[in-house]
Amino acid sequence: MRYIEPHAHMVSRVTDDYVAMVTAGCAAVCEPAFWAGFDRSSAQGFFDYFSQLTEHEPKRAAKFGLPHFTWLCINPKEAEDVALADDVIALIPQFLTKANVLGIGEIGLNKNTRNELAVLEKHIALAVEHDQLILVHTPHLEDKLKGTRLIVDLLKGHSGVKPGRVIIDHVEEHTVEIVLNAGFWAGVTLYPESKCTPARAIDIFENFGRENIWLNCACDWGVSDPLAVPKTALEMRKRGHSAETIDALIYQNPLRFLSQCAKFKL
Amino acid sequence: MRLRTREQAARALGEVVLKKETPMTRQEILDLYFMDARAKAIDLAAFLDRVERADGPADFRLDALRTALDELQKNGPERARRVLLAFSDPTTEPIAKAPGKGACGAFNPQPST
Repeated sequence: MRYIEPHAHMVSRVTDDYVAMVTAGCAAVCEPAFWAGFDRSSAQGFFDYFSQLTEHEPKRAAKFGLPHFTWLCINPKEAEDVALADDVIALIPQFLTKANVLGIGEIGLNKNTRNELAVLEKHIALAVEHDQLILVHTPHLEDKLKGTRLIVDLLKGHSGVKPGRVIIDHVEEHTVEIVLNAGFWAGVTLYPESKCTPARAIDIFENFGRENIWLNCACDWGVSDPLAVPKTALEMRKRGHSAETIDALIYQNPLRFLSQCAKFKL
Repeated sequence: MRLRTREQAARALGEVVLKKETPMTRQEILDLYFMDARAKAIDLAAFLDRVERADGPADFRLDALRTALDELQKNGPERARRVLLAFSDPTTEPIAKAPGKGACGAFNPQPST
């Protein structure tokens, strides 16, 4: 089995996780910028974080033979402070030429506020200006439906956005059609409680087709499983899916989306 | 393993036809997932018993859970979607200020109370 992990926050993980992922068949890992679990006190903290994502973490992953790619942004959880967000967004262009940067992400919404929307709009404009792929985080739990609708409306309203170059992540049964029907890619995140179980992720795949969907573990500093994608592949095998179908979902699909960025080479 | 489309299965039950196909029969799905679903149903029942044994005011999360449970009793497809909708914020306008960073799992229609 081979797979691509398109969403994992490896700076929060230990080296044993790298060993386990590579042993399970991981061919590449992609790390969106996210919230550290606490608010950074200044834009300088983000400069250091972006340096970690573009210089230090790729070296750590390389020790385990794993190509490491990244996405840059200020996460929606810190986007309520618009002045800080402006300072951070101004830092991003100097990092976009780094060898492992795939695009802008994970941008999006958290509590669906006006400030979060304003910062999301600025990120979208930055991505369009620099012809970057976009990875979007949708809000958690009770906020997901409303946030997904707001995000899709905002993206559709921007003339420079090409839906096929945007993945909207963390979809569930009540949001996946909103995303796919608008022409965007959909990411299904495998979490023990707050997102999708392997069984539900496969249900979504069976109901909505194999096109333009990827699976990810989104492992971070919280309760999460860096092997969630290969474990879901095993569940697919139990449910009678062929090796070719599994490969299409967990390897070929992310490869197809990510290869829209010329830097994504395996 | 015999390939059976969701359409064939749904038609046999007189249900709304969904889109794609699953490689499993109903019997195979039950064999694979029934014990897990049974355990979750008992856990949920025990949780409701536990909540009702304790003293305290009404809570919007429990109301949302009861609405979600009502959805389980209804026929038709997309139960998972309907349960998720029962917990979701139905409003459409962005809010002025974030009340915090986290989510609690159910929409509170009266957040000030």
